[in-house]
Amino acid sequence: MNRHASSVTRHGTWDDPIVCRCEEVTVSQVVRAIREGYDTLEELKRHLRVGMGPCQGRTCLPLLARILSRETGRPLGEVMEEVSIRPPLVPVPFELWRGR
Amino acid sequence: MKRCADVVIIGAGVTGAALAYELAKRGIRDVVILERRFPCSGATGRCGGGIRQQFTTPHNIRLAMESVKRYETLSEELGVDIEFIQGGYLILAETEEEREAQRKAVALQNELGLPSRLLSPEEALDVLPLLDASTITGATYCPTDGHANPFRVVEGFLAQARRMGVMVEKFTAVTGLVVERGRIVRVHTSSGKISPGAVVNAAGAWSVEIARMAGVELPNVPVRHEIAITEPVEFFMDVMVISIHNGIYFSQTKEGQIIGGIGFPDEKPGYVISSSLRFLRVYARELTRYVPALGQLAVLRQWAGLYDVTPDAQPVLGPTPGVENFIQANGYSGHGFMIAPAVAKHLADYIEKGIRSEILEKLSIERFKEEIRGEAFVVG
Repeated sequence: MNRHASSVTRHGTWDDPIVCRCEEVTVSQVVRAIREGYDTLEELKRHLRVGMGPCQGRTCLPLLARILSRETGRPLGEVMEEVSIRPPLVPVPFELWRGR
Repeated sequence: MKRCADVVIIGAGVTGAALAYELAKRGIRDVVILERRFPCSGATGRCGGGIRQQFTTPHNIRLAMESVKRYETLSEELGVDIEFIQGGYLILAETEEEREAQRKAVALQNELGLPSRLLSPEEALDVLPLLDASTITGATYCPTDGHANPFRVVEGFLAQARRMGVMVEKFTAVTGLVVERGRIVRVHTSSGKISPGAVVNAAGAWSVEIARMAGVELPNVPVRHEIAITEPVEFFMDVMVISIHNGIYFSQTKEGQIIGGIGFPDEKPGYVISSSLRFLRVYARELTRYVPALGQLAVLRQWAGLYDVTPDAQPVLGPTPGVENFIQANGYSGHGFMIAPAVAKHLADYIEKGIRSEILEKLSIERFKEEIRGEAFVVG
């Protein structure tokens, strides 16, 4: 069983940078999804997989929240409050959960 | 929001989405879906994505077989890659009694035309080379079972349904149902009222509360089920594995992540869906017992969802005696994603033409007055 090498398959550009590195999603993809109606962080996660990679949103969620707030005119705090944080926060192998 | 609609569907999970699409396709397009949060926010978006036909009751087997036929062509039909991987289901047994139950199940499944078969531990190894075959007494395998991505399925159904005129009202909670002379005449919501032709109760674990608003008692109870997903690894298993010994299930997504969970027989009914350490410990222990190589794989995230469980682990489908325009589509007991496309057809036949199929007759709410003989394999 091989881990996926952390190879970059896609690059952002100056005009359209990557916002979620784990899933390689760009700003314009996020903006398009918001305009299609995926206008909460929870819906964006499910639609674009943003924040669902190995970093679990620690890098991208604040950036996403800012884009969402700008696009919808809703306060940043309100947008952030709607997202659920799921354990274990950092990747932990099964053998450590199992014990022994 | 609209003031009236031919059909009001409560719940934008896979059942509501599949039904809205099916109705719209048949020309019934004055349809509104009311969703308390957002599409896929309930059990559908929290499920493991398994699509299994190896059940132990004729109705579950038939519905699942009809459903698989639909899933096979759904990506093309909806114009969305639903990530359907038809790699079969391998069901593990660890005792002689479980083996005997599998023999009976396969006999019934074969009788209904399902190509499931009994495997020895060695044959199971051919299906999943990383399996520790010494842990099992045998297995069953059905090559036409599979799994898919629930988000893509619901998005696909809803996009096509919307294109044909269906309205999806998210963050709109149903707050009351007004019944007059045996019909629901108004649906009260957090953002206004609607006069419905028919009302479909597809609210998953909250269906009991919705039904109660119309004075109808469902026997369903909400039961938490926990689940976890790992980092992605190179694709090595197209088969989905479950065990009737401990209720574990796991599969590999198209992106390479291992998604799976395990149920607890002592789980108390309730609406709390917090995550537990006990779950991760037990799931990790049982998973790595069957497939030791997975020990090094890291868990990224765990969460939970609610099964809407009935006394016989079969859904409640079709019209409600006493409230003639109230249609039940709930009580899936953990199997809703698997059978939703088939259920949508049966319910659309009823809504469009008044045809009550044998399955709708048999799975009606009325059956709970009689003796109950239920589904034995309540796993993912």
